[in-house]
Amino acid sequence: MSTEVKTQEKEGLFSKKNRKLLTDPFNESNPITVQVLGICSALAITVKMKPALVMGLSVMVVTAFSNLITSLIRNYIPNRIRIIVQLVVVAALVIIVDQILKAYVYDVSKQLSVFVGLIITNCIIMGRIEAFSLGNPPWKSFLDGIGNGAGYGAILLVVAFFRELLGSGTLFDFPILEPLGIYELGYKNNGMMLLPPMALIMLALVIWAQRARTKSLIEKE
Amino acid sequence: MNVNSNSYTYAFAIGLVVVVAAALAVAATGLKPAQDANIELEKKANILSSIGLTGEDPAAMYEEVIKEQLVLLNGQVVEGKQPGTIDMAEAVALPIEQREVPLYVAETNGETYYIIPVRGKGLWGPIWGYLSLKSDGKTVYGAKFDHKSETPGLGAEIATPMFTDQFPNKVVFTDTYTGIEVRKGDASGDQQVDGISGGTITSVGVQAMLENCLKPYQAYLAARNVPAAAPTTTDTLTVAAL
Repeated sequence: MSTEVKTQEKEGLFSKKNRKLLTDPFNESNPITVQVLGICSALAITVKMKPALVMGLSVMVVTAFSNLITSLIRNYIPNRIRIIVQLVVVAALVIIVDQILKAYVYDVSKQLSVFVGLIITNCIIMGRIEAFSLGNPPWKSFLDGIGNGAGYGAILLVVAFFRELLGSGTLFDFPILEPLGIYELGYKNNGMMLLPPMALIMLALVIWAQRARTKSLIEKE
Repeated sequence: MNVNSNSYTYAFAIGLVVVVAAALAVAATGLKPAQDANIELEKKANILSSIGLTGEDPAAMYEEVIKEQLVLLNGQVVEGKQPGTIDMAEAVALPIEQREVPLYVAETNGETYYIIPVRGKGLWGPIWGYLSLKSDGKTVYGAKFDHKSETPGLGAEIATPMFTDQFPNKVVFTDTYTGIEVRKGDASGDQQVDGISGGTITSVGVQAMLENCLKPYQAYLAARNVPAAAPTTTDTLTVAAL
């Protein structure tokens, strides 16, 4: 057992460093647009805002608590079965989330179908555990999980916003384009927006916008 | 303590699994009632939608519209049994004579409808649904199908109005089961519907499902719908109907 004693100085719960853990995933280290993780589910459930929101929240809960739990037991995990332990923790959390969705938001859980179960294989979660929570204290890991889950959810919502608005003319199932009289100007719901390829294109546009804004992300030739 | 020793590794793995299993068991048992309530509500909504009723509160509407919930065996009502106790997956596998089947009788706008749950096999997994008959007990009023894992765009299309809208006014019983045939492209008349291109096995599954699941109702529905002047002892009626 590692006996290194952490001799950090006292740090506030929301110190500058800790706040950065929360905000970075929205910008310079966004799991989807910068690290390009979790694309599969991002493409699949962004047709409507509501499933995207529920999926984002579910992933956030799982990243936050899997980070927290693995960080709490990080000094007791045998190195050789490290990945298996991570998987067991993540899988258990995902099953619990799935059960809760089935109990309280049944219609959304039907729309999300297999993708809730597939949160287990979402690279963001394993990535954050390996890269962060195994080497950092619980509170920081928890914040990192919240931040990354929220960063993932935010991109989902951006993509879903455009796909639902342009594809179905609604947002969260409330008609938007119709009261605005857009249809009378000759606009028709774009069915293409509802198909998977448009998710990919939307996502690429988001990445483009972000890279254009954050110069540090642009690779040098 | 050496975290990387073999015995510690085993002990850790066993301990972790026990803790996780306990947590999952608690979650599953604790949430079961809420989940079952959702499934029950969805079932009621599906039963209602087979007679074209949808609404915000399926449970209340169900109470209002569904007048009788019967269990039939060989054309006779089994007294004191509720349809909720029947597992459709097990029921449809039994021979027709041994099968206890549920029947829902709905009344709305002064009309009586008979709602029959059906269940069968698609290509990848089970398919199921509800078929409603008009008050004559022979003519289809509406149909609602669903599936577990049919291919989206192909077999899964049985759940869409494009497919189910063909069923109203088809005649499933005359004196015997006449059935609904799923045809490839040339459906016409009272007994045929168009299948789904690329979803042949699912379409054929629907046909087989309807035949298997509707037959047990024929005797009862015929007996129930004889004009009032006819002889009234149930036994004779059933025999006549058979």
